[in-house]
Amino acid sequence: MSDWLAVWLTLRLAATTTVLLLLLGTPLAWWLARTRSPLKGPLGALVALPLVLPPTVLGFYLLVALGPGGPIGELTRSLGLGVLPFTFAGLVVGSVIYSLPFVVQPLQAAFEALGERPLEVAATLGAGALDRFFSVAVPLARPGFVAATILGFAHTVGEFGVVLMIGGNIPGATRVLSVALYDHVEALEYAPAHWLAAGMLAFSFLVLLAVYGRLPMRRAS
Amino acid sequence: MSGLRARLRLEREQLRLDVDLAAPPRGLTALFGASGSGKTTTLRCIAGLTRANDGHVAFDDECWQDEGRGIFVPPHKRACGYVFQEASLFAHLSVRRNLEYARSRAPASLHAPGFEHTVEMLGLGALLARRTPSLSGGERQRVAIARALLANPRLLLMDEPLASLDAGRKGEILYYIERLRDEIGIPIVYVSHAIDEVVRLADTMVLLSEGRTVAAGPVAELASRLDLRPYLGRFEAGAVIEAAVAAHDLDYGLTRLVFEGGELYAPDVEALVGARLRLRIRSRDVSLALSRPADASFLNVLEGVVVELGQPQGAGVDVAVALGHNRIVARITRKSVDKLGLAPGKRVYALVKSVAIDRHSVGYA
Repeated sequence: MSDWLAVWLTLRLAATTTVLLLLLGTPLAWWLARTRSPLKGPLGALVALPLVLPPTVLGFYLLVALGPGGPIGELTRSLGLGVLPFTFAGLVVGSVIYSLPFVVQPLQAAFEALGERPLEVAATLGAGALDRFFSVAVPLARPGFVAATILGFAHTVGEFGVVLMIGGNIPGATRVLSVALYDHVEALEYAPAHWLAAGMLAFSFLVLLAVYGRLPMRRAS
Repeated sequence: MSGLRARLRLEREQLRLDVDLAAPPRGLTALFGASGSGKTTTLRCIAGLTRANDGHVAFDDECWQDEGRGIFVPPHKRACGYVFQEASLFAHLSVRRNLEYARSRAPASLHAPGFEHTVEMLGLGALLARRTPSLSGGERQRVAIARALLANPRLLLMDEPLASLDAGRKGEILYYIERLRDEIGIPIVYVSHAIDEVVRLADTMVLLSEGRTVAAGPVAELASRLDLRPYLGRFEAGAVIEAAVAAHDLDYGLTRLVFEGGELYAPDVEALVGARLRLRIRSRDVSLALSRPADASFLNVLEGVVVELGQPQGAGVDVAVALGHNRIVARITRKSVDKLGLAPGKRVYALVKSVAIDRHSVGYA
């Protein structure tokens, strides 16, 4: 029963995170794809950091920053929001940072692949900047959006280290799938552990199949 | 003052642009020059896709750029259509949706081109439901032209729309461009490095070389100027003459063309008697003689007066011969010039092979 709660929580976390990431990541990816600013390099590296950083390092810093003594913790407390660690909101913040490169990078690649030409054409046909973005850039970058959504969602589902550091193990609030699995193994409950592990394995394979299965078809068309 | 006026200065790594140009409010103006001469950059500056460091662009009563006064109108607010070298259709939209993209954003006006009319003019009726990746090169370019027109521009810019097409497709698109030149009431600025396209399509020509305007004026006038030969391409260079169809000789399959200063026979020109045509006579297809040859195969022998000798190039030299107000240019050897004693004022006979009249360059003037 509690495992189903963990599955539901995980899906809710992944969905919330993915929506937020698409909203934040799209303008960021657009900027990274088109800027000639010297900040492009450092910012691109910063976005990619979660790819190489152990999640526990990320989680540790988040715990410090979001906690009662941390700068963000002070801010959230003064705003009357309390502190975020060991809450669902805290998990969302951690997940957004943790999965950021998985959303920004496919989008950035898709925007870069567009080139200037379709946007120039749209401009000569009377489309302003915002119009060009929504009527040309977004539809042409659709494969990038699909990949970003799938990867962002799946990567958040598979999150463990960050959750362990800032989420803990509160059923219904922070006890996500990977943590539940860890608990079962700790308690030597291998049967439910198998169910969860096999479920995750199947899910991950299907996600990757969806991503990789699409790509060759796109190329061919 | 109306039509397009542009004065553009631009510094780039590979290019220094310093161009002055004007295009009249009607007809087709060709921007002609070798690759790298700055034609495309000039066109992009007119559209506002590239911003000249120092520029002044005005069209009719509108100022599009005046760096002195800090004015730069962005491309989507300039009433000019742009046809790119590659058709650049929106891959995510069908042919119809590509066209509607333009129409739905066009400024409303009484003169707005009708959707049906534009589709008919460019022969797109059967293609509307098609997806753009399935179109041939020529079809794509026709859709791109229709799309540019449906944005209801007051000026149409075309950047070598034939460059990426094979010879067969070129002929097809040339026909449509001629049609729209004659049917739509807006000026066209057309970039090309092919002199035959320019002769066939353009009324006015602006000659660019290494980012500078070398000459500008009516095509026929520029084409016969000996000092411009190096820019016009030695092999293809030739004089342009406007002629009228006088008669068809069905027995021999020949058409008699008359112009001020002479007449010519060309094999079977597909045009009605009375139609005015523009002829290009390549210099390498013209020989000169001091007397009318009685026993040679030349059908076209034109009597004229030598007006100018060009700069010798190797063994050859260009000789301009006046035929009334028209001019024809012969490319002959220096040895022949000396042998015949050719000099300005000398009466000569220009011998033109009738096949030398390039059918593709015959346009309606």
